[in-house]
Amino acid sequence: MIDVTLRKNGARTRALPTRGRILQRLRRNDAIYRNVTRGAAIGVLVLLGGVIVALIDGSMPAWRAFGFGFLASERWNPVTENFGALAPIYGTVVTALIAMVIAVPIGLLISVFLTELCPTWLKRPVGTAIELLAGIPSIIFGIWGLFVFAPFLQGTLQPFLITVFGNVPVLSSLFAGPPYGIGVLTASLILAIMVLPFITSISRDVFEQVQAVLKEAAYGIGCTTWEVVWNVVIPYTRVGIIGGIMLGLGRALGETMAVTFVIGNAHKISASLLAPGTTISAAIANEFTEAVGDLYTASLIALGLILFVITFFVLAISRYMLARIERRIG
Amino acid sequence: MNIASIAAARTDDAIDRALRREKISIRNLSFHYASNRALNAISLPLYEHHVTAFIGPSGCGKSTLLRVLNRMYDLYPDQRAEGEVLVDGVDVLAPHQDVNLLRSRIGMVFQKPTPFPMSIYENIAFGARLYERLSAADLGMRVEQALRRAALWDEVKDKLATSGLSLSGGQQQRLCIARSIAVRPEVILLDEPCSALDPISTAKIEELIDELKEDYTIVIVTHNMQQAARVSDYTAFMYLGELVEFDATSRMFTSPGDKRTQDYITGRFG
Amino acid sequence: MSTLYRRRKRRDVIMMTLSFLATIVGVGWLVLILGVLVWEGLAGLSLRVFTEMTPPPGADGGLLNPIIGSLIITALAVAIGTPVGILAGTYMAEYGRHSRLSTVVRFVNDILLSAPSIVVGLFIYEVMVAPMGHFSGLAGAVALAVIVIPVVVRTTEDMLRLVPDQMREAAAALGIPRANVIRSICYRAAGAGMLTGVLLAIARISGETAPLLFTALNNQFFSTDLNAPMASLPAVIFQFALSPYKDWQKLAWTGALVITVAVLALSIVARALAAPRKMP
Repeated sequence: MIDVTLRKNGARTRALPTRGRILQRLRRNDAIYRNVTRGAAIGVLVLLGGVIVALIDGSMPAWRAFGFGFLASERWNPVTENFGALAPIYGTVVTALIAMVIAVPIGLLISVFLTELCPTWLKRPVGTAIELLAGIPSIIFGIWGLFVFAPFLQGTLQPFLITVFGNVPVLSSLFAGPPYGIGVLTASLILAIMVLPFITSISRDVFEQVQAVLKEAAYGIGCTTWEVVWNVVIPYTRVGIIGGIMLGLGRALGETMAVTFVIGNAHKISASLLAPGTTISAAIANEFTEAVGDLYTASLIALGLILFVITFFVLAISRYMLARIERRIG
Repeated sequence: MNIASIAAARTDDAIDRALRREKISIRNLSFHYASNRALNAISLPLYEHHVTAFIGPSGCGKSTLLRVLNRMYDLYPDQRAEGEVLVDGVDVLAPHQDVNLLRSRIGMVFQKPTPFPMSIYENIAFGARLYERLSAADLGMRVEQALRRAALWDEVKDKLATSGLSLSGGQQQRLCIARSIAVRPEVILLDEPCSALDPISTAKIEELIDELKEDYTIVIVTHNMQQAARVSDYTAFMYLGELVEFDATSRMFTSPGDKRTQDYITGRFG
Repeated sequence: MSTLYRRRKRRDVIMMTLSFLATIVGVGWLVLILGVLVWEGLAGLSLRVFTEMTPPPGADGGLLNPIIGSLIITALAVAIGTPVGILAGTYMAEYGRHSRLSTVVRFVNDILLSAPSIVVGLFIYEVMVAPMGHFSGLAGAVALAVIVIPVVVRTTEDMLRLVPDQMREAAAALGIPRANVIRSICYRAAGAGMLTGVLLAIARISGETAPLLFTALNNQFFSTDLNAPMASLPAVIFQFALSPYKDWQKLAWTGALVITVAVLALSIVARALAAPRKMP
C-alpha cells in the first residue's frame, strides 16, 4: 500500500513541471488580457477627454474672435460673420425648463399610480410600455410634432392662449401672437412628452425601493394613500427623485431631433413663447453642414462645447444624487 | 457518550503514526482582514492521506484558515497572511509562489455547491483540459474517472450534456468534488461541504470523504461535531482566531485537554 | 375631528384621481403618437419601400439605399463599439473592481452615456471628417460606436457583478487563471445580460440622427463605399420630412415607422432575454 502511494506521488510530481509551464503561458495570457481590458477602460476616459479637447480646439477661432462676449451676445449673422450664443442658450434652457415643469409632476403622479394604486396585473404591462416608449427614437417625436402637433396647436391651443391672456399684463407678452404652430412652446411640449417616460420609469424605480415596512407603519397609524406618498415615500426618495429629474433635464437640454423640427430656428430671444426660437442642438443640426467659413463652423462648435458643459454639470449632479440614494437604500 | 464512541472506533493509532507524513505544515500563521486580526499565530500539521477537521464556533477563523491554504485570499485586497504554510516543505505564502499551480494541487469545495454554467461534462473537463493536452477519448476517460470517484457517475452518465445546474444540491456538491478531482490535486479542502445538504446527501458525501483520503490529503471545515467525529482522523479546535487544541479525533472527543474544547464539544457554547 | 378627516379623505381622493388621470393622459398621449405613426407610416408602406432607391421629388421610390446604409453603419458601429465596451466593462467588474481607475471610468462612462448625441457628432466631425476632408459612412459608424460603448460598458459591468463571487472562487480554486475564469465562466454566466446590453445599444443607435448629420451626411444614391457619404434612414427622414414635397414626407413617415418597429422589436427581445434579471 505504501508502494502504491509512493508511485502515485511520483507520477504527480513528474506532471507538475509541465503543468507549471502551461500555467506560465496561461498567466502570460492573463496579464495580456488584464492590460487589454485596462486599456479599454482607459480608452473610455480618453474618449471623454477627446470630446472635450476636440470641442475646445474646434471652437478656438470663435472664442478668439468674440471672447466671452460670445456668451452674452444675441447676434447671429452668417453674412457679417458675427456670432453670439445667447439666443440658443436661452432657447435651450427655456424649452428644457418648461418641459420639466410639465413632465415632472405628471411623471411623478404616474409613478404614484404605478406603485400605489395600480392593480398588480396591470403594473408590468404599463411599466413595460413606459420603458419601451422611453426608447423610441426622438426623430419620431420630431416628425409627429411637425406634421400633427404643431398644426393642432396652431388651430387650437395657441389662438386660445392669445385671446385668453391678450389683456393680462405680463402673460399677454408671454403669449403674444400670431400662432405660428411651431415655436418655443411647441418644442417644450414635445420635449415634455419625450422625457415623460424617462422621468416616470426612474421615479417608479426609486419609489419601489422604499421598504414596505415604512409604508405599512404609516398606513398603520391611519394615513391615507396620498399622505403616505407625501410624507413617507417622497421625503424618503427625495434625493433619488432629484437625481432622476436632473437626468431627464440633461436629456431635454441635449435633445436635438424632437426640437429641431418644431422650434423654427430663429436666432432671437422673443418674450413670447409662441414665437420661433432656437436651441443649441437645433442650431447645430440645422446649420452645421451649410456653415461656410471657419468662424461660422467654430461658432457652432462653440455652441456644442457650451451644451456639453451645461449637460456635464447637470448629469454629474444627477449621478451624484442617484448614487447617494443607492448607497443609502442598497 | 455517543460522539466519543464513534471516534474511538476509528483508532488505529500505532499504524497511523508510523505512516503519517506532514503534507502541509502551518507555522506561526496570522491573518488580517484590513486591520482586523482573524488568525493569531496558528501552528498545525496536516497529515497526508488523513482527514483533518477544523471545528469551532462561527467566526473562530476555521474557514479563514482553510482559505489561506490555497491562497484564496489573494482574490481580495486588504487581506494578508503572515507566517509559513509549507506544502511538501515549500512555503506557499512566499510572494513568488505560483498561486495557480498551488491551487491546482490543492482543490477546494465550497459550502454552497457552485456548478459552472455549463454542461455536466464541461464542468469536469474544463479544468483538466486547461492543464493537459488530452485527446477526446482520454478526456472522456478522465471525466468518467472523476465522476466515478465522486460516486456520481451512475446518476449522471446518461445526461452528461445537460446543465450542471439541473442537478440536485447533493449531486451538485459531488459534481464539485469530481471537478476538483479531475485536475488531479494532492489535497482537497472542504469548506462546510454538507451545510446546505439534506441528511442523505450528507451521508453520501461523508462516505465519499472516507474513500478519498486513500488518495488525497483532506481538510474539512465543519460546524457539525458529529460529522467531525465521523469523518476525521485529526481535529483542530479553534476559538477566536486561535488554535486551542489539535489532536487525533479519537482523543479529542474522549479526553479533550482544554476546558474550552470540552465545553464546545459537550455543547455548552457555540 | 370628522371634518378634518373628511378633508384628508377628500385630498386623498383628489390626488389619487389626478395620478390616475396622469397615467391615462401620459400613456394615452404616447399611444396616440404611435397610432399616428402607424397610420401615416402604413399608408406609404409597400414592397417598393424595401426594393427601390430614394426618389427625386415628385417621383416614386423607396428607401432601399438608406435602409442598407443604416444597416451597414449600425453593424460597423456595433462591431467597433461592442468589443471596446465589453473589455472596459470587464476591467471594471473583474480586474479593477476595487481600483480607483474603475471609479473614475464609471463616472466618465455615465457622463458619456447621457451626453447629447449631437456633441458626439461634432466630436467625430472634428477628429475624422475634417482631417479626412470629406464626410463618410465610416465616420458615421465611429460616431455611433461612441454611443454604443458606454451602453455596453454599463451593462457588461452590471451583469458581471451579478455573477456570484463564489463562482469566481470555485474556478480560482481549480487554479484557473483569471482571464480563463472570466472568459469561460463569467461571460457564460452573464452572457444573456451582456447580449441584452448590446441589443439595447443597437436599439439606441438605430434611431440616432444627430450624430449622423455631419459625419455620414447623406447620399441620394446607392453606395456601400465606407469612404464616401452614406445614406441612413434617420438622415433621410430628417431631409424628407422637412422638404415641401408630399411624396418625400410620406416616405419620411414610412421610414419612421420602419425604425420604430425595429427599435421596439429589439427592445422587446432584449427585455425577454433579460427577464430573470433586473436591468439598470
